[in-house]
Amino acid sequence: MSTNPDLIKLVFGRLSLESLPLHEPIVVGTFGVVALGGLTLLAGLTYFRLWGYLWREWFTTVDHKRIGIMYMILGIVMLLRGFADALMMRLQQAIAFGGSDGYLNAHHYDQVFTAHGVIMIFFVAMPFVTGLMNYVVPLQIGARDVSFPFLNNFSFWMTVGGAVLVMMSLFIGEFARTGWLAYPPLSNIGYSPDVGVDYYIWALQVAGVGTTLSGINLICTIVKLRAPGMSMMKMPVFTWTSLCTNVLIVASFPVLTVVLALLSLDRYIGTNFFTSDFGGSPMMYVNLIWIWGHPEVYILVLPAFGIFSEVTSTFSGKRLFGYTSMVYATVVITILSYLVWLHHFFTMGSGASVNSFFGITTMIISIPTGAKMFNWLFTMYRGRIRFELPMMWTIAFMLTFVIGGMTGVLLAVPPADFVLHNSLFLIAHFHNVIIGGVVFGVFAGIGYWFPKAFGFKLDPFWGKLSFWFWVTGFYLAFMPLYVLGLMGVTRRLRVFDDPSLQIWFVVAAIGAGLVFLGILCMLMQFAVSILRREALKDVTGDPWDARTLEWATSSPPPDYNFAFTPVVHDNDAWWDMKRRGYKRPLTGFRPIHMPSNTGTGIILAGLSTAMAFGLIWYIWWLAAVSFIALLAVAIGHTFNYHRDYDIPADHVVRTEEARTQLLAGAKS
Amino acid sequence: MKTEAHTSHAADHHHDAHAHGSLSTYMLGFVLSVVLTAIPFWLVMGGALPSKHVTALVIMAFAVVQIVVHMIYFLHMNAKAEDGWSMMAMIFTIVMVVIALSGSLWVMNHLNSNMMPVHQMSGMK
Repeated sequence: MSTNPDLIKLVFGRLSLESLPLHEPIVVGTFGVVALGGLTLLAGLTYFRLWGYLWREWFTTVDHKRIGIMYMILGIVMLLRGFADALMMRLQQAIAFGGSDGYLNAHHYDQVFTAHGVIMIFFVAMPFVTGLMNYVVPLQIGARDVSFPFLNNFSFWMTVGGAVLVMMSLFIGEFARTGWLAYPPLSNIGYSPDVGVDYYIWALQVAGVGTTLSGINLICTIVKLRAPGMSMMKMPVFTWTSLCTNVLIVASFPVLTVVLALLSLDRYIGTNFFTSDFGGSPMMYVNLIWIWGHPEVYILVLPAFGIFSEVTSTFSGKRLFGYTSMVYATVVITILSYLVWLHHFFTMGSGASVNSFFGITTMIISIPTGAKMFNWLFTMYRGRIRFELPMMWTIAFMLTFVIGGMTGVLLAVPPADFVLHNSLFLIAHFHNVIIGGVVFGVFAGIGYWFPKAFGFKLDPFWGKLSFWFWVTGFYLAFMPLYVLGLMGVTRRLRVFDDPSLQIWFVVAAIGAGLVFLGILCMLMQFAVSILRREALKDVTGDPWDARTLEWATSSPPPDYNFAFTPVVHDNDAWWDMKRRGYKRPLTGFRPIHMPSNTGTGIILAGLSTAMAFGLIWYIWWLAAVSFIALLAVAIGHTFNYHRDYDIPADHVVRTEEARTQLLAGAKS
Repeated sequence: MKTEAHTSHAADHHHDAHAHGSLSTYMLGFVLSVVLTAIPFWLVMGGALPSKHVTALVIMAFAVVQIVVHMIYFLHMNAKAEDGWSMMAMIFTIVMVVIALSGSLWVMNHLNSNMMPVHQMSGMK
């Protein structure tokens, strides 16, 4: 048998059998389980002949509601992966004491903490937030879809493409061992010659295209498609925070794209932007990536603030306290989030003037955030509060986030930061605000809008179980890290010498175990709710007696959202309509013009992913072919003139008639 | 899509704020941008100014004016376009770019002067 090494290199690049991590029993075991699960899923889909249905109704859909739901599913799937990484780290740190090496070698452990950070931010938090915005914003403003429905589908599949690349790195090759922001010089080709950092770069670049485009899409939607009468200061707060978040996305993601592009130039063609020689500066990378990175955390938390605003006023049965101040606080946070990035690297060596400037701006940003907190409290004050699950998450958020906020102000003091920088105190702080803020917010949002999306409520028993596991688990997992951080333990360590520290890590591991139970209960909650959907059914479309426009239509809403575009007179538009005795129009329906489904989005994203794979493994022919195909499909799509259709009037009549009967049935 | 919304919206923005340029405004823009390009070339090639530093600064100033000319005459920017959203987006973009650029220059300048390895090495000896 003769093999030509040049030919093999031409065909496979640096991909070879050695790239498969067969020497890592943990990874092989995981692969076995994932492969088995995947095969079962594929077989099931084939057996029940669901492929056609999935393709026609979901994969190619341009309906913002279905795309929103697919984003949420992506978030949940990736949460399981990211959380598995978290459990592995907690277990390793709990047992690697007194000469024990734990069960993860350094090579593997470093990949685990990098993958955990990247996945949780880019492929869990971002899809959750984007999914909720996608689902809710058009409904809240009385629109029939987003401004660019095809672009929305394309954005979603690009995000999936990025996630697929990260997942692929688990089984083919390896992931970065650099930490979630891949600082050079460690991420330069000299210190990370393998494919790990390339997987990181291309996963984020592919997903970043999706994020940026969906940001543009939602800004256009909010600016252009509001129902008549809905002036800017009559928009629901969630829509306001979504607008600000998407402005942040559009303004900051290009910075990330450029930084990663420069890093890939350093790695691929030997430029010296971020090397230590030839005029390059690794510090410039740190500076630039945080110009994106700080706005990014506000991108995540602003929509969560919006969710809490909606939930608080709905479940307190009151108009939101201080609507105007809430809007201004959101806008001020948007601007200020661009003025604080240096607090991520106080210790890199700037002088006192720079550090104090950024320290002070950081402390100032807690003022609008605090104002929001008081607005929520005053909304609850003398309200008739219903402690349904979304409200429970909101109260857990208020208690938890304040602690995170205070440790944040502590870290904003540069001298204190010199002691706490890169310690577990920092880790505890940002998990405190991201879990306590973003994750609790997303869960409140899921509980709140689930009945809108599916027509039945989530089962409260399993939900409450999940809630208590999550909240207690969170405190047990992260309060010990504050203590350890104050004692000087730094982040990303694999083994420890001092046996007195072990008890804290054991407690943290128990906390992570409780959170795991919380996640399992949440999955159980979905399963039980689907099984009990008849008992949990809501036919009114307004199960919470809520206030904003999304509750004016049926649950789930028809394809066209609203048979007639509503006219808005108040910022709690639906509450106002109910109070004034609004009657649903029953006649006079007209055909509704809607966008058609298209498979171009998923094809383009698939080709982008293939191109990224080629670039990662130096399989140049694959990259070139995919790129040309990408251009061809994109240009070909511009000749597709079957972009829209009319829902016939009698179809609208039938849909609305069915709803009328449901509503009548609910009343009797 | 949204035919009803459009008819009821028509009252709000029927006066289409897209000020489409005429031949004369395009010509004016063209002449201005040519002049604004020619002067920096002349400054560099003719060596009109004694200091290179000053020349660089003057060229930067011309570049900024050039951007404004393009905005107004070719992209039809004005305070009314798209109900003022274009101007708002423009101002926001400028604020962001100024923050990112001036901030980076300030930060990197500090880091550079504080982190000079040569200086530290000679101090240690």
